[in-house]
Amino acid sequence: MNCAEGIELVSILSKFAPLRQTYDSLRSVGQNPFEMVFEDMLSSTEGVYKGRKTILLGTNNYLGLTFDDACIEEAVTAVRAHGTGTTGSRIANGSYGTHRELEHSLARFFDRKHCMVFSTGYQANLGMLSTLAGKGDYLLLDTDSHASIYDGARLGHAEVVRFRHNDPDDLYKRLKRLSDLPGEKLVVVEGVYSMLGDTAPLREFADVKRQMGAWLMVDEAHSLGVLGANGRGLAEEAGVEADCDFVVGTFSKSLGSVGGFCVSNLDDFDVLRVACRPYMFTASLPPAIMASTIMALRRMQEEPQRRQQLHENAQRLYHGLRKLGFAVGPQCSPIVSVAVADAPLAVEFWNRLLEGGVYLNLALPPATPTPAPLLRSSVSAVHTAAQIDRAVQLFEAVGRQLGVLPPVVNQARKRQAAVAPIAGHAEVAMVASGGAR
Amino acid sequence: MTETSRDSQAEIIDGLRQLLKKQVPLDASTNIVRDLQLDSLAVMDFIMSLEDRFEIVIPLDRVAEVETLGELARVVDELRGRN
Ligand SMILES: Cc1ncc(COP(=O)(O)O)c(C=O)c1O
Repeated sequence: MNCAEGIELVSILSKFAPLRQTYDSLRSVGQNPFEMVFEDMLSSTEGVYKGRKTILLGTNNYLGLTFDDACIEEAVTAVRAHGTGTTGSRIANGSYGTHRELEHSLARFFDRKHCMVFSTGYQANLGMLSTLAGKGDYLLLDTDSHASIYDGARLGHAEVVRFRHNDPDDLYKRLKRLSDLPGEKLVVVEGVYSMLGDTAPLREFADVKRQMGAWLMVDEAHSLGVLGANGRGLAEEAGVEADCDFVVGTFSKSLGSVGGFCVSNLDDFDVLRVACRPYMFTASLPPAIMASTIMALRRMQEEPQRRQQLHENAQRLYHGLRKLGFAVGPQCSPIVSVAVADAPLAVEFWNRLLEGGVYLNLALPPATPTPAPLLRSSVSAVHTAAQIDRAVQLFEAVGRQLGVLPPVVNQARKRQAAVAPIAGHAEVAMVASGGAR
Repeated sequence: MTETSRDSQAEIIDGLRQLLKKQVPLDASTNIVRDLQLDSLAVMDFIMSLEDRFEIVIPLDRVAEVETLGELARVVDELRGRN
């Protein structure tokens, strides 16, 4: 833009020009994946998009509790009794009884002494990482860590070191190099990684942590209610809860609301309430959210069959897509991602799925573990078999239209292809998507 | 320039040559992101390979301040010195 004297006026937003260009080019293909608006939500698995019913396959709504009658009732009762919001932080405005009740419920569920709740899971990571690891300490992060973990590390004053994704030997090497240096070492891993759905080798990480005298934090955002005999996450499933000094998580996925938490057995944990800025300087969770979350935690425990159904649904989608020859992630989990060659293809694929009535997430690099874009779905316990089969069918149809899958020629060749070459293809592409790392 | 600095730099350039498919002139003034057109994932992988090669850890904030190969070599030197 030029003003009268011909001086170039640079907007403060000029630096985003390349991003703007990418963003606009996405729109030219059809719907911009990052500007989706649903006119209505019908259930945990169906929304209305451009006047038509659309299957929701990218919501992280693992247990399908967003429309649970009991959770809704609790939220309605709480909003009537205690109002719409707390209008301030717990440090300034004080806590409601419900904040305490929520923290006690979580501590009891995880069998830990202490719990702090945060306004989002993002803030739980921001708060815990930036406060636990101070100046002179070290944070050791998996390379594929969620943005909230990286941002928590940036907010704090610790030195940040990365280790190779899901690689306990690599972590060991790095801790060894740091072993002569003073400072606490805090290792952070995730139960289930949100892009490919792979789990951390937590037993091995716990061994390394013990051997090297480090602290261990596990983010169970995608594994709470999903893994473990009681749904306590990967730490429970791997039998290493005692080694996990801190467990963080979110209410925004399996518990169907919003908010985050950290539980721990560490004495004096409560001092963090007056040290942790992302806890202290933001409004606390509103009553309705807390009420539905407490109920959701109860529903989760009362109905373990939801978890069973979730895994059956995950198998149905994962193996359905894998058998067709799609490049799915390295292990079956409720997060089922398909890697495709490049961004334009991914955007086109995503648009055709949406036109066909299936909505999922499009993940583009650098948000992905490797340069391969991902069509990321997350399965819910309340998806019907018919909904999942519809999604697999549509994936196949679009995959053939766009040449991601080979065209069907005749029965004999199809059968042959279904055995050897396609399995090989899936494996190669899996490596390309970072799955085998 | 100290002896180790030249060593580090030579080894860094050596590592980059293996990583880059095409021939590009590499010296102390080469800008890692701009001149080599590596994406952030590739840069991070390369940094981790340097950590292994030199048996050091390079904290993320040290990576953030680096633009050229020469600067990277100096950071590596300093961290090698501390072990
Ligand atoms: C691993 C991980 N941690 C933390 C979060 C943040 O959770 P929230 O949505 O509650 O901010 C997410 C979800 O986006 C996540 O995937």
